[in-house]
Amino acid sequence: MDNAIIIGAGPAGLTAAVTCAEKGLEVVVIDEYMRAGGRLLGQLYEEPNGNWWNGIKESNKLYKKAVDLGVNFHLNTAVNNIENSNGIWTIYTERDTFHTPSLLLATGAAEAPIPVPGWTLPGVMSVGAAQVMTNVHRVKPGERGVIIGVNVLSAAIAMELQLAGVEVASLTLPKTNQMTQDSGKPKEVLDSLLHVSHMAPSPFIRYGSKLMKNDFMKKFGVKFYPKKGVKMWDIPIQLRKAVTEIYGENEVEGVTLATINADGEVVSGSEEHIPVDFVCIAGGLYPLAELAAVAGCPFYLVEELGGYVPLHNERMETPLVGLYVAGNITGIEGAKVAAAQGRTAGLSMAHYAGMDELDGEIKNSIEWTEQTRDSAHIQFHPKIEAGRKKILKQWDAYQSNKERSVVTNRQGGIT
Amino acid sequence: MTRRILDHPILGKIEDDNYVSFTFNHRVYKGLENESLAAALLANGIRTLRHHEKSGASRGIYCNIGHCYECRVSVDGQQGIRACLTPVKDGMIVESGGQLQTPRIEDGGLENG
Ligand SMILES: Cc1cc2nc3c(=O)[nH]c(=O)nc-3n(C[C@H](O)[C@H](O)[C@H](O)COP(=O)(O)OP(=O)(O)OC[C@H]3O[C@@H](n4cnc5c(N)ncnc54)[C@H](O)[C@@H]3O)c2cc1C
Ligand code: FES
Repeated sequence: MDNAIIIGAGPAGLTAAVTCAEKGLEVVVIDEYMRAGGRLLGQLYEEPNGNWWNGIKESNKLYKKAVDLGVNFHLNTAVNNIENSNGIWTIYTERDTFHTPSLLLATGAAEAPIPVPGWTLPGVMSVGAAQVMTNVHRVKPGERGVIIGVNVLSAAIAMELQLAGVEVASLTLPKTNQMTQDSGKPKEVLDSLLHVSHMAPSPFIRYGSKLMKNDFMKKFGVKFYPKKGVKMWDIPIQLRKAVTEIYGENEVEGVTLATINADGEVVSGSEEHIPVDFVCIAGGLYPLAELAAVAGCPFYLVEELGGYVPLHNERMETPLVGLYVAGNITGIEGAKVAAAQGRTAGLSMAHYAGMDELDGEIKNSIEWTEQTRDSAHIQFHPKIEAGRKKILKQWDAYQSNKERSVVTNRQGGIT
Repeated sequence: MTRRILDHPILGKIEDDNYVSFTFNHRVYKGLENESLAAALLANGIRTLRHHEKSGASRGIYCNIGHCYECRVSVDGQQGIRACLTPVKDGMIVESGGQLQTPRIEDGGLENG
């Protein structure tokens, strides 16, 4: 039997693996991708201090450290089910079945699609797909493309595409419909864009964050937002335009772009055709928590964290004995925060395995996570701290409910 | 025309250049050993990986990380393999799935379905 199993070899899982191994646990890491690193692999950006954050290098460093510590990797192995009986977790994959008393789920995040008409044509892909093609496999997703959906991730990836010599003709919005909701409304988008403003060299957007703190200014901003858009890294960001359709016979040939008003409604007759050979869709990220659901972990919807997250505490424990979570499965944040959470989870797992005197280290690790969060370069959700507090409150409520129900049961037993 | 980014301003030159041969729909292509099938095909300009089982519409990759199952192909006879998660190996035989024949009503198709 293994001492600890970790599902997911992203920054959270890898850091947890290193931590567990350093504490003397025998660790197995399972990941369905062919390389370790998770979504960290594709990340490439210039930090405010001028250094480049190269996700491949960071991933390789972490992976090598884990291998050197004797961590056993099963890559290219998808987990399709987990079960618990008598305190032992059974993990089912396409090949082998694994058993462990202590299991960490670090499965990361998934991308929400925006179903624009024509979005199933070959050549349409999620913005993360383009990131992996360009930065991990070093293959161009196309020569010239349009990105639909303006948010932190799509702004970062637009720049990465440009760095790789791929032309981004426009970063623009989807036409509003029931499915696209806020992502098609200039005002809402501008609102969320204010959180990338510090990365933007464009004075308009940089100003934006200071200028547009209140609602009035935001409306004002959208109204006077130039129809042509503004340029960020030379890429036109067009908040007053929306893609109404992606067209092409068997593959993407272009998009239809229309002018929209501040509420996202199309100005009729304003449509134009933009020839492109690929289209990226950026609908945002949500925690990939299916395995926690299969395990029977309670869930809460916390919008500030990006969606439904499994109940957990600051020590990355879930209410199920021997089950831990870390990284984007607990809320959408950057790789450094995921890694910090992974370390906490690793320490908690070592503690569960019987290692004493880890309380101080766990406390420090929790504090380190908070510091990392505070100084994060990319923030996906502006109210992440409020979200974290909400889930901790749920945790406390759950614990006291449990105690109360144990008490009632006992009383029930006596009478 | 190749779509490979051989030299990248930050990532540098591609280091591993072990090319292997594989076939896709009976034609021979070259890919870099251990890159994903999806990447190898796109590098060769191929975007259509399969056709929708019912409508016959062409489909390619969407998520590129194993979540959406849009990229299913058959590899060495095994169906339903995700091209974005499968490393290319020398001699691999890859085929795209076609439109399925709709069962005829007189054969017990739709009406009983
Ligand atoms: C497409 C995409 C692009 C992103 N780009 C950026 C970016 O540019 N900058 C940034 O700061 N943040 C980015 N993020 C956020 C990113 O998720 C975090 O920065 C960080 O990588 C999260 O780390 P993690 O360890 O929690 O999960 P991940 O890095 O997502 O790793 C999760 C791992 O779990 C594996 N896995 C999932 N399910 C299973 C299963 N059932 N069986 C086996 N293995 C499984 C996956 O293959 C993956 O390797 C991106 C997220 C996504 C989804
Ligand atoms: S492209 Fe989504 S699973 Fe392969």
